Amino acid sequence: MLRIGREVYDEIVAHARRDHPDEACGIVAGAAGGDEPTRFVPMTNAERSPTFFRFDATEQLKVWRELDDRDEVPVVIYHSHTATAAYPSRTDIGLAAEPDAHYVLVSTAECGNGAGPVEFRSFRIVDGIVTEEEIDIHQ
Amino acid sequence: MAVEVRIPTILRTYTGGAKTVDGSGGTLAEVIDSVESSNPGIKSRLLEGEDLRRFINVYVNDEDVRFLSGLDTTVTDGDVVVVLPAVAGGQTAR
Repeated sequence: MLRIGREVYDEIVAHARRDHPDEACGIVAGAAGGDEPTRFVPMTNAERSPTFFRFDATEQLKVWRELDDRDEVPVVIYHSHTATAAYPSRTDIGLAAEPDAHYVLVSTAECGNGAGPVEFRSFRIVDGIVTEEEIDIHQ
Repeated sequence: MAVEVRIPTILRTYTGGAKTVDGSGGTLAEVIDSVESSNPGIKSRLLEGEDLRRFINVYVNDEDVRFLSGLDTTVTDGDVVVVLPAVAGGQTAR
């Protein structure tokens, strides 16, 4: 189960709409040992691509260092799919390297940059196995 | 020459859970070989053939080695090597 605040949820969705048709990506940090995503950190998609994303490597080092300094972990790792469903692709599964993270996928296939509906789903990806989980959005 | 090598969570199965290990050598390639000798198996997670894996980021003193000299990057005593798996993916394979 992913428990996530409404504000953080809205920030992820807004980022996905804004970057459409390119894939948006980022993390939500939270205290190590907890499972509460609290600090929204949008990342640069170094690929600037509608079909692929990769965190900018220099930015990733900086953000990961901040996590260490603050005793935080990437509780959520999110990205958007802009033409397909919010389900991990084979590429997503093969490259998933954080077994403790909630992998959030947002599909903007229907809404584009607009205000229409988005698909927002969360998964665990461990050793190539994808398990979808429920999402509890709280105020 | 001793350098500190920081290991990401997903590769700590090779280091007995250690977050950092000591390496030695004059280039990044030599450091990786020294880390492999005390943590067998880790090298194949970092390299593919003769090159760094595409989705593994390695930094020497905070510089991405792709912008330095890759595996030939010079390393000196007291340097810090950080290994981070890239966060990447997307809706189509490439």
